Amino acid sequence: MENEFELVEVLLGITGKDFTLIAASKAAMRGATILKASDDKTRQLNKHTLVAFSGEAGDTGMLLQFSEYIQANAQLYSMRNETDLSPTALAHYVRGELATSLRSRKPYNVNLLLGGVDPITHKPSLFWLDYLAALAPLPYAAHGYAQYYCLSILDKHHHPDMTLVQGIKVLEMCIDELKRRLPIDFKGMIVKVVTKDGIRDIEFNDDKIVKCP
Amino acid sequence: MDSLVARYSRPAAFQNETLSDDQYDDFQNDVSPSLSLKFAMPPVAQLTMSSYLHQPSAWLRAATDDRSNPNCPIKIAHGTTTLAFRFKDGIIVATDSRATAGNWIASQTVKKVIEINNCLLGTMAGGAADCQYWLAWLGMQCRLHELRHKRRISVAAASKILANLVYQYKGMGLSMGTMCAGVTPEEGPALYYIDSDGTRLAGNLFCVGSGQTFAYGVLDAEYRYDLSEEEALELGRRSILAATHRDAYSGGYINLYHVKEDGWVKHGFNDTNPIFWKTKLEKGEFTNVTSSLE
Repeated sequence: MENEFELVEVLLGITGKDFTLIAASKAAMRGATILKASDDKTRQLNKHTLVAFSGEAGDTGMLLQFSEYIQANAQLYSMRNETDLSPTALAHYVRGELATSLRSRKPYNVNLLLGGVDPITHKPSLFWLDYLAALAPLPYAAHGYAQYYCLSILDKHHHPDMTLVQGIKVLEMCIDELKRRLPIDFKGMIVKVVTKDGIRDIEFNDDKIVKCP
Repeated sequence: MDSLVARYSRPAAFQNETLSDDQYDDFQNDVSPSLSLKFAMPPVAQLTMSSYLHQPSAWLRAATDDRSNPNCPIKIAHGTTTLAFRFKDGIIVATDSRATAGNWIASQTVKKVIEINNCLLGTMAGGAADCQYWLAWLGMQCRLHELRHKRRISVAAASKILANLVYQYKGMGLSMGTMCAGVTPEEGPALYYIDSDGTRLAGNLFCVGSGQTFAYGVLDAEYRYDLSEEEALELGRRSILAATHRDAYSGGYINLYHVKEDGWVKHGFNDTNPIFWKTKLEKGEFTNVTSSLE
């Protein structure tokens, strides 16, 4: 079963013309406490694939276990074969791991978004995966309560051939809405972009105050 | 069969007013449905039949509350999207038109806006019967106020009549989330939110129902007080469309109203399906929906 506190973790992904944006909330929560306000829930799998995770945080949590396992295997593949797997291939690999884990004694309780740009075709892609091992390739996606507020915004304002500047603008609309309506402070967002040249951080203004109309 | 015949052929004088022992047993262990026309009682710990008789609200909750008892035998119509917002030229009120009972779509043509008088509107979300009855009742109270005081009721007063009424029934199983929107000379455009917990709030913008978050998303992003009439109507319509697209319990038709100083104006009761495809194909929105077979 999904945990209440995992639902307030925000994961957002948006694809555009030549990029995939991944954003994740900075708060690491345990019970009613915020343990850390600068948590990075993302992990780089290879030069042009990034994953954002949500699940039970902390050193003993399965989130760390799973994300490290996936990352290490992706990196091992790159070293052995001197080629990176494409985002699509990695998404299917991760789904397979989740599916195996689901019917094990202790399944991973982890939801994730996997975004990337194909190293050969330069096409951006985004995959939505949940702890039940569902996989969906989507132009834009979210996890947790953020889905309820952001998907309607993205339905209206997303266009597949958006530029990065337009993409960040739409992302900002989504985050503003979450600040406006979510009762819990998620302590701002870490935003990263994947392009054909690799992954880079995007400066995001977390101090903006949004008020209810 | 003999026992059935015996049960229903007894003279009326011998029939018990209260429940007999065998009926009581049937309620307790409702394993398989019997042939008699009785409602099987939902399983609720601690409560016995006699406490149900003394606390009808406990019985109602056990029979209808989806959250405490997912197997409850009566599914009240809950899913909805309604919204209303204030802007410089008045108030926009918009709703979907779907009524659901559990997973069943009971109707696609429900009128969720009630016209209380030519300046006052109410919206319905929550239990269909509760809303329909009590908003009609509110309409009656407003008319009586008019007749008694020789002037129209204010929105604040109308909303408070409803809020006080639902507060009297608090904890007894009423389920409603409503908005009262109206323009009066003393208040100007006024908007109130009232729900069955007894909450009553004045505000500029409210969305109510299972699709509220989806409507809020679209509405908040582009809401301004100085919206033009055209923009405001379109934003209201688009917000309901967003909710009908993402919320399984909302859909059907978009019911749109504009409340102005000299009364409300209805802007149609339109099918969402053609509006959705028009929005997708002409404006390029809803890009996660494919319109061609690959």
